[in-house]
Amino acid sequence: MIPLSAYVAVSAVLFITGLLGVVIRRNFIIVLMSVEIMLNAANINLVAFSYYLESMAGQLVALFIIAIAAGEAAIGLAIIIVVFRGKISTNVDEMNLLKW
Amino acid sequence: MVLVFFAYFALASIAAGVMTVSLKNPVHCGLALLALLLHVSGLFIILNAEFLWAVQVIVYAGAILVLYLFVLMLMNLKTDDRYFHSSYLYFLAPAAIGSLYVLALLIRSPFGGAKGDVPAEAVLKDGDTYAVGIKMFSEYLLQFEIVGVFLLGAVIGAIVLAKTPKPANREHRG
Repeated sequence: MIPLSAYVAVSAVLFITGLLGVVIRRNFIIVLMSVEIMLNAANINLVAFSYYLESMAGQLVALFIIAIAAGEAAIGLAIIIVVFRGKISTNVDEMNLLKW
Repeated sequence: MVLVFFAYFALASIAAGVMTVSLKNPVHCGLALLALLLHVSGLFIILNAEFLWAVQVIVYAGAILVLYLFVLMLMNLKTDDRYFHSSYLYFLAPAAIGSLYVLALLIRSPFGGAKGDVPAEAVLKDGDTYAVGIKMFSEYLLQFEIVGVFLLGAVIGAIVLAKTPKPANREHRG
């Protein structure tokens, strides 16, 4: 029997990896992919707790998170296309049009 | 046996996550993300959540990842010379120390709590899809509808954002 803390540990490591990706990487698309890694880490946590605490709520929230991730990917990639069309590169350091 | 599968899926998903963050070519990062998503779906199978497994494979690996790869190949990105943050080494050490501390806390924790009303036998009797469906369309109906409206708004927003702006420019000139 696998302890619950093993799942939580895997999810924590994945979450930290995604967070590091958001902070470190400069390519906008890779930053969005790192956000997906973080959402997946949260999903592992929710499903593991749903299994060990014998409740269905965790799996439902995980489903909703997948739906939110789909919307986030669509909007984020549309924003990338708009930015790239304006001849700005996808490096997040060079996207400073709204910077005060 | 379950332990072997868990170890494989956990280690492979962590390795794929690290590769997603660290590889240089964005297309390779997308493929590493695909490996991560499939291995996480394997973890869902171990946890008796086969409906979420199907959703993960179809929606995440089938739709979202293809969207990412489409945009990557559409824009024909060159790999930048400087693809990390200029001072990323300063982030790595605090992240490693913090994550080790969190891991130590997590492994010591017992994680007790109030049990819900759906034990594993009940899920296995009618299948996970049945259990999720009953719960979703009774107690979580409002949230389900809110997510539907949210997705509609996201789709319309994406179309509005990504539309070619030529007609608007002509209006400006005229």
